[in-house]
Amino acid sequence: MIEFRGVTKQFPDGTTAVDDLDLVADAGRITVFVGPSGCGKTTSLRMVNRMIEPTWGTILVNGADIMDHDPAELRRGIGYVIQQAGLFPHRTILDNVATVPLLLGWNKKQARERAAELMELVGLAPEMAGRYPAQLSGGQQQRVGVARALAADPPVLLMDEPFSAVDPVVRESLQDELLRLQSELGKTIVFVTHDIDEAIKLGDKVAVFRTGGVLAQYDEPGVLLSRPADDFVDNFVGRDRGYRGLGFLSSDGLPIGELATVSVGDAGPSEGWALVVDGERRPLGWLDGGTQANGAVTAGDLVPGGSLYDTDSGSLRSALDAALSSPSGQGVAIDGEGRVVGSVSADEVLRALADARRTGAAA
Amino acid sequence: MNAVIAWLTDPAHWSGGAGVPVRLLEHLWYTALTVAIAVVIAIPAGALVGHTGRGGFLVVSLANSLRALPTLGLLVLLVSFIGIGLGAPLIALVVLAVPPILAGTYAGVQAVDRSVVDAARGMGMSEREILLQVELPNALPLIIGGVRSATLQVISTATIAAYVGLGGLGRFIIDGLAVRDYPQMAAGSLLVALLAVAADLALAWSQRLLVSPGLRSVSASRRPTPAPRPAAERPAAA
Repeated sequence: MIEFRGVTKQFPDGTTAVDDLDLVADAGRITVFVGPSGCGKTTSLRMVNRMIEPTWGTILVNGADIMDHDPAELRRGIGYVIQQAGLFPHRTILDNVATVPLLLGWNKKQARERAAELMELVGLAPEMAGRYPAQLSGGQQQRVGVARALAADPPVLLMDEPFSAVDPVVRESLQDELLRLQSELGKTIVFVTHDIDEAIKLGDKVAVFRTGGVLAQYDEPGVLLSRPADDFVDNFVGRDRGYRGLGFLSSDGLPIGELATVSVGDAGPSEGWALVVDGERRPLGWLDGGTQANGAVTAGDLVPGGSLYDTDSGSLRSALDAALSSPSGQGVAIDGEGRVVGSVSADEVLRALADARRTGAAA
Repeated sequence: MNAVIAWLTDPAHWSGGAGVPVRLLEHLWYTALTVAIAVVIAIPAGALVGHTGRGGFLVVSLANSLRALPTLGLLVLLVSFIGIGLGAPLIALVVLAVPPILAGTYAGVQAVDRSVVDAARGMGMSEREILLQVELPNALPLIIGGVRSATLQVISTATIAAYVGLGGLGRFIIDGLAVRDYPQMAAGSLLVALLAVAADLALAWSQRLLVSPGLRSVSASRRPTPAPRPAAERPAAA
């Protein structure tokens, strides 16, 4: 657990970067600091490992005042990941990852064995071990940065815009990877970003900062979307917040409707849409009834489908998106194995939303 | 030219206390001693200034003004203060050798990516560890560059030791001038040039041994690269 008690940071030029911050980042959870530039989110993060010293106030990490430790010693017990990864160009990937264990006085063999484990954990192939940072892509460098931060198994991880320098596709895979790692490791993570979508995706709780270092709202992401504290947060959370808020509503109880399916080679329906499936009942695409030339369905007749709604793990948002993106207007519902179980409609999703509102879940 | 070859191939010039091998060793000795002293002075000073970021202006100004000093004039001045001996030429040569090493070390440490230093500090390295384990290894190409350029200047300038009665390859030039033996002067100059080329090759080779392979592709890959493509990322993710 990380606790900020009345923490203020003023720089020598008189600007206040962080103004009287009171906040608790829960143990074993991801807390995201988000806000526009100059809002003090990075300053707040860097005060935790004393890269910046607070002007006033107290910061406790797992109950201990950070000022009671020598800075270097404190930092060895806190993982630290930064935007450009900051890998040591002159050291191999393996030795980069082994940095903190070596600083802690492990012998070289132990440290390297540990580093190899960590590389595997973050999904880096073993043959990367002997390469140098300049030979890696930005996304791979960032994985190494995460592995390096985790090498000495610190309970706390500080991440300062770690994924903002990579392109969106890689960023998404790194975010998914972080969530997977966190489900295994349960670290206390403070994550700084300027991207509200990233904050909402990763955060168990999200702290929105406004310019001048004032905490505007600190809540779970679903609450942030459904009940922004003020106009600033409303604006910052951005457009489509109602739609995105559906992502935090469970789709349990959403009725699954009938869905007409055919296989390739079968005779298609004479009218209306049917879903074409393979032998395992996995969706291949849609068929517009009556359009195929000789009655039998061929691969050339398929119309690409929309997104799929997974009944095991999906939210109302994914159900609605499945319905809206499908050419037939019927969203394809699948089970955890990817097999078609039926259809969902936008009307049913909106009805489920109304029910949820009535029972207060989304109020 | 034939006279120079004749001088160089005369076995009499290759033996005894005033022969080429002895003079060559003397010359190397002055050079090695000078560069060693300059390294001991310039690398710590340059590293400290580069690491703290304080006094950079002073270092650059000092290095430039030292470079402007005429070594021969300095030597004459020093001899008038401390007399004949190894001391005066050694000091004059060290003054010559310090600026390139100082500037190379300072620039090399200064040029280490700030995010790399920030990461090092954030992971719990002490300032000393940051300097020794991160900044100096990354500054090594520029430091060795400074040492190479200092060594070349010292080799060519160490000929002035002969001016105050010491040995070295400069003897052939100074003595040759005194008796107007031009082939001897030219042969001496040629030997100095060959020694300089050989020393530079040796240092270039040591650079390959000492500098991390991770820094070799620096100039090609360290330029601001656009965000890497997802295609390059996927194999690692798989």
